Amino acid sequence: MRFMVMVKATQDSEAGAPPTQELLDAMMAYNEELVKAGIMKGGDGLQPSSKGARVQFDGTKRSVVDGPFAETKELVAGYWLWECASLDEAIAWVKRCPNPMPGPSEIEIRPLFELADFGEIVTPETAAQWDRLKAEAGGQG
Amino acid sequence: MRVMVLVKASKDSEAGVMPDPDVFAKMGVYNEELIKAGILLAAEGLHPTSKGLRMRFSGSERTITDGPFAETKELLAGFWLWQVKSFDEAVEWLKRAPFDGNTEIELRPVFEMEEFGEMVSPERRERKEHLRAEFEKRTG
Amino acid sequence: MSGSDAHRTIETVWRMEAPRLIAGLARLTRDVGRAEELAQEALVAALKQWPEEGVPRNPAAWLMQVAKHRAADAARHEIMARRKQDEIGRDIDNERPAMPDIDEALDDEVGDDLLRLIFTACHPVLPKEARIALTLRLLGGLTTDEIARAFLVPEPTMAQRIVRAKKTLSEAKVPYEVPAGAELGARLASVLEVVYLIFNEGYSATTGEDWVRPGLCEEALRLGRILAARAPDEPEVHGLVALMELQASRLRARVGSDGEPILLLDQNRARWDRLLIGRGLAALELAQRLAGAAPGPYLLQAALAACHARARTADETDWKRIVALYTVLVRVTPSPIVELNRAVAVSMAEGPEAGLALVEALAGEPALKRYHLLPGVRGDLLAKLGRHREAAEAFEAAVALTQNARERALMQERAVKERAAGC
Repeated sequence: MRFMVMVKATQDSEAGAPPTQELLDAMMAYNEELVKAGIMKGGDGLQPSSKGARVQFDGTKRSVVDGPFAETKELVAGYWLWECASLDEAIAWVKRCPNPMPGPSEIEIRPLFELADFGEIVTPETAAQWDRLKAEAGGQG
Repeated sequence: MRVMVLVKASKDSEAGVMPDPDVFAKMGVYNEELIKAGILLAAEGLHPTSKGLRMRFSGSERTITDGPFAETKELLAGFWLWQVKSFDEAVEWLKRAPFDGNTEIELRPVFEMEEFGEMVSPERRERKEHLRAEFEKRTG
Repeated sequence: MSGSDAHRTIETVWRMEAPRLIAGLARLTRDVGRAEELAQEALVAALKQWPEEGVPRNPAAWLMQVAKHRAADAARHEIMARRKQDEIGRDIDNERPAMPDIDEALDDEVGDDLLRLIFTACHPVLPKEARIALTLRLLGGLTTDEIARAFLVPEPTMAQRIVRAKKTLSEAKVPYEVPAGAELGARLASVLEVVYLIFNEGYSATTGEDWVRPGLCEEALRLGRILAARAPDEPEVHGLVALMELQASRLRARVGSDGEPILLLDQNRARWDRLLIGRGLAALELAQRLAGAAPGPYLLQAALAACHARARTADETDWKRIVALYTVLVRVTPSPIVELNRAVAVSMAEGPEAGLALVEALAGEPALKRYHLLPGVRGDLLAKLGRHREAAEAFEAAVALTQNARERALMQERAVKERAAGC
């Protein structure tokens, strides 16, 4: 089963405060464990929302709004993609994560969609598109 | 550079309502365009928050809260990861996505040089940033 | 939208569309140089009109329309000029220029113009460096200055190279097409070679001081992925993409904090990009399915890279499989360097004695006479066997041969160590 594991933003991450050496070392060690366990499939840190933007879709209209965005604790600051045997295994691994932020923080776990989950709306065409997408981008079909 | 494109949730996505087959097909075509442009690195859909959970870290405490979560507009329903020459390019590609009304999609550049572990001297980091900005300015 | 915002957006959109625009125009004009000029003229028009009218819903079509009209206008002027000469009584029948068929071109989307452009830019009639420059220019949208800096060549030299390349193509009357049948194999090999050369130029830029050079890896990957989407049945295309994804996955682990290179077996694997590894393994699987019993060189090299990617630690490396792959690679692309790499793998799988035997057998190879890794590898194996004095001599020989300062220092250090151990 595949999961997205998201580290939520905090005022510190939004301010672009660099992590301490201690945290960097702890995170590096943790990432090594994830790799050795074979569950690590990807991960990135996202730059603060001041470097980002949002695009609003309204019919044919497109408007672009530059960051920063206010709702800090709902923003994503970083993520991992994991492949685990179960949600419980993913939870166990998150428990072992060093606190990713200097203060209190939050990590969200969400299972990813597989093709079978789309059920009836899948046509032979969209199934082929999905297969091509997965052949291209990796991950399970 | 890499840009993450975050697709926010809606009442429907949170309710587990399947996308309109027509929109699903259009999205398939769009993804093919991204693949043909050589920019698509990853594309995933997330199950509704009812299937997920959050863990709060506070000191040595870990507290779990099961989904669903309330603030629909701020929840994530899916994402792309794109390899582009500039942030502007990502914005222009996103404008071509077949979303219908009342959707807001967020774009965030990814940290490239450092990940959780590489400590680079502030001077070196600044110089790299400067060089990268120069490069991106020139390649658009 | 502010003025400068509008300009930035227009240039961004143009840059996204430029390769396909040039590709379509090249089919029309039969001249890539002219196609590029017309594409630039379309940009100028867009910069004038779009700030007021807004970016059109279909920017590609707008740009193509404008460019085609310019092409038609130019052709018409040429015909008018010749008609004037006609009046003076010249026979122009066999001098009538080809009038681009606008109507045909508007409807005719036969096949893939971008693919035609890629094959044309990589045509073997051009010298290798010209193919690289033209590909980066027409398909990558890099400026002459950027390409010059990427290949450590003065800008005017690169400008000349590109001008000459376009001229050679038009003089050789290279047909604007995707090659087929017997020709496809060799032509595709030329394209893949160009892409991989671009990748390696970026990959070998270890310090990353100039951002253009590491950016070449991204550019090569992008070109490879574009090719894979348009030639999905070609195993070696996917093989090359797999190889590049897997090699690129190690970019962040290859250089230490002082800029010193770190050998693969010593790299921190937590720094390997798992997303790229996933992509590389997926592309490899596809390539293997398509190749069946006849793996090509890129597929084999990708399979080798995959052996390392799959090993969670250096100790878990499947050396037996690596040896087996090298054995096939030696058959497919015979080369003393590949033989040497195989010898290293054998030493890891079966022990230094076995590897050393193979290395000694390569001693007389003329191609390896000035190759510092031959004595380097020999030295390493001798050291592992406790033959310290011979190891020291081998490392000293390597020091004498190597061009690279850092590598020389490394070899020197080992020579000193072996000298001390031999006492």
